[in-house]
Amino acid sequence: MSVTWYLLVSALVFCIGAGGILVRRSPLVILLCLELMLNAANLALVAFARAHGNQDGQVFAVIVMVVAACEVAVGLGLIVAIYRRKLPVDVDELRELQG
Amino acid sequence: MAEVVFFIAAIGAIAGAAGTVALSDPFHAVLSLVGHLLSLAALFLLLRAEFIAAAQVVVYAGAVMVLYVFVSAYVGRPDSSIPSVAGPGLKWPSIVFAGALLIELCIAILGTGLSAIDAEGAGFFSAFGSPAEIGKLLLTKYLLAFEIASFLLLVAAVGAVILARRREGLEPTGTISVSDLFSTTQDETGLVDEHDSGSMLEAGGSPKR
Repeated sequence: MSVTWYLLVSALVFCIGAGGILVRRSPLVILLCLELMLNAANLALVAFARAHGNQDGQVFAVIVMVVAACEVAVGLGLIVAIYRRKLPVDVDELRELQG
Repeated sequence: MAEVVFFIAAIGAIAGAAGTVALSDPFHAVLSLVGHLLSLAALFLLLRAEFIAAAQVVVYAGAVMVLYVFVSAYVGRPDSSIPSVAGPGLKWPSIVFAGALLIELCIAILGTGLSAIDAEGAGFFSAFGSPAEIGKLLLTKYLLAFEIASFLLLVAAVGAVILARRREGLEPTGTISVSDLFSTTQDETGLVDEHDSGSMLEAGGSPKR
């Protein structure tokens, strides 16, 4: 299989994730879509690592996984804090920072 | 053979991604994302990234998704009065934006002059992508990135605990501090009974408050 196919899958998954972030309103699902985008980037990194016969891209993918895990921990902590304050778990309603 | 596995895994990955975006119940979306991650692990195996595939299944599809399942169970099903998808004023521009992004990426990929991506890939040695090789790279060439990543994990873990804990001023009654956790339970402050300690009721607070 040529590496182009993997890159096309990666681009498609990335765009689905980007569209999901814009369309969905629940912060939980927005985090899920963020995971989709990070995973698409991971797939591209690993595909390029294979194309060049160089393992550096795979190390980058591991680091991206670590960053994704951090983002999940903080994001889910925020969602739990929102829920504890009895605020609506909906990004359209949470507009205090808009000023 | 590789082609068949690739197309099965790619269709699974894309279907999982579409399900994550399209399913209205967050719990179903999480399950769909698990399917997506497992398909992606198969793609990683096809690309000779054994360690990444194993980490994907164990860390992502295992640990991270369990976190999501717990939070989606804790927060519960969203209010049916709130639509899960933004209104038409935002929905259609978003879809158009995502489509334009896809077209742009496809032009970038297919129109690139890189010759390497049209080939099967460069030659590789037998241990390519194995845990030993990745570990060697992580602890020699990328030692700094490895240490920064570990520190980042520590910061995120502490930050998550601080964000999600109960704190003074946020709740009208019944705020508890760390010292209260170790003292005996009491009723007039709204704390839950002893037999409820450690349960979801304790975490979410009693419903009458």
